[in-house]
Amino acid sequence: MDTALLEQRFNEKIDRDVRIEPKDWMPDHYRKTLIRQISQHAHSEIVGMLPEANWITRAPSLRRKAAALAKVQDEAGHGLYLYSACETLGVERDDLLSDLHSGKAKYSSIFNYPTLSWADMGAIGWLVDGAAIMNQVPLCRASYGPYARAMVRVCKEESFHQRQGYEIMLTLSKGSEVQKKMAQDALNRWWWPSLMMFGPTDAESKHTEQSMRWGIKRFTNDELRQKFVDATVPQADLLGLTIPDKDLKWNEERGHYDFGAINWDEFFNVISGNGPCNKQRLDARNKAWEEGAWVREAANAYAEKKAKRKAA
Amino acid sequence: MQDQNKFNYIIQQADNCLILGQRLAEWCGHGPVLEQDIAMTNISLDLIGQARLLYQYASEIQEEGKTEDDLAYLRDAWDFKNVLLVEQPNGDFGKTIFRQFLYDTFSCFFYEELMKSTDERLASIAAKSHKETLYHMKWSGDWVIRLGDGTEESHNRIQQSVNELWSYKDEIISINSVDQEAEKAGYGVSLELIKNKRNEKIKAVLEEATLSTPESDYAHKGGKEGTHSEYLGYILADLQFLQRAYPGNQW
Repeated sequence: MDTALLEQRFNEKIDRDVRIEPKDWMPDHYRKTLIRQISQHAHSEIVGMLPEANWITRAPSLRRKAAALAKVQDEAGHGLYLYSACETLGVERDDLLSDLHSGKAKYSSIFNYPTLSWADMGAIGWLVDGAAIMNQVPLCRASYGPYARAMVRVCKEESFHQRQGYEIMLTLSKGSEVQKKMAQDALNRWWWPSLMMFGPTDAESKHTEQSMRWGIKRFTNDELRQKFVDATVPQADLLGLTIPDKDLKWNEERGHYDFGAINWDEFFNVISGNGPCNKQRLDARNKAWEEGAWVREAANAYAEKKAKRKAA
Repeated sequence: MQDQNKFNYIIQQADNCLILGQRLAEWCGHGPVLEQDIAMTNISLDLIGQARLLYQYASEIQEEGKTEDDLAYLRDAWDFKNVLLVEQPNGDFGKTIFRQFLYDTFSCFFYEELMKSTDERLASIAAKSHKETLYHMKWSGDWVIRLGDGTEESHNRIQQSVNELWSYKDEIISINSVDQEAEKAGYGVSLELIKNKRNEKIKAVLEEATLSTPESDYAHKGGKEGTHSEYLGYILADLQFLQRAYPGNQW
């Protein structure tokens, strides 16, 4: 069958919202785009463990410590399903990881910011997981089956994390003066990077149009960013905290909040490696991988020996 | 205080769980492979869960209106009664594995016996914890074997950890006056019984792992009496930081 006909059938499936499955024919560029998007997401989960793991040993109560451990463990689990979804497209997890370690592959730039106080555990859950959910809920309907199914599970757990983060913020904002200060300081630092999580403006986004055509993106970056702001402002009000944007106000005519200009220089700087923790995050991943090499080799060697003994 | 000895008995085990759980949590995000990162976090979570059940019960026996967090966050090193084994640094993955194996071969048989405690609450905590420790002991034992019988490098590395940790093996089954009184009263277990089962298990796994047993049977002690290594102070500084820096707050 010639490629034009295959492509026509593929496009018909996309138009009818029929899921594409691993063994189906798909255009090369669709496959590559998915590998890029899913592996970036998987890497974000794995790198995203680091800023939160930074506070597990210092969690202020045993209940919070247990919740933090469970949360970071969930993120590792998300990484696993996403790498598995990616493997259905014909790539190996180890190759994807080596692209992460070399700096070739990207991950969400939000994780290049440091966690400086306990309130950051709240702000990350509330804002970062909140923004992630906005991005990810539409992906539960993504055209590629294994990705969409992985996202259903990821989203369920993320929304639990978001509530947990908000509850940390609520406890702090109803607490002592210094706890309120901690919560406000965390909001000040995480607000703008969270808005940047939706990516460049629609005018600047190079992948949006094609990805929307293929059903692996359902809303534009700016639409999702607006949804996030609209959902989050009332939550900040309920906490009695101030969003660090003097231009933020309700626009009756649009039925949305207007918000101030995003510092895109900062965004592109962080993406290109100049964020406060880019080096630390990649170094930590590389160190874990290199120091674990002997363990992975031993596991393989033992499995081979065992298989040989069984065969003998 | 309803029963000082019972309180002390519970605290010994609660402190073991907390300090080892805290040590394992240091691995989170830094494991050698994603699946094992998850396994270590999961075991840490189980240990923190066990610590909570035990501290909750201890605080009720204490009758001073304290909570699990008061016991974990507001005592100093000399009040902690965990064994020296659990406060040893993580080292490489092999050292963490062997430390875990030495602990799991205690806790699994300990909870198995404690399930028969005359104290119903302790028996029920033990039943829940025993299920978890069965899995922990399988995980750490399998890894001792895999590393011991894996490559030359892994064999040498884990043998080194066996040698280093050997003198911390037996404090956990050493019998102090708290253990004696607990056993006599019926809510505690016979450590003598556990010792035999545990030594058999350790021997079997070391053999399968092609690892040699160190000759010296010297055992470092002190943790169960509150005399710790230098490591514990730093563990507590980390663990207790927020509660100490901002006392009296709800978190």
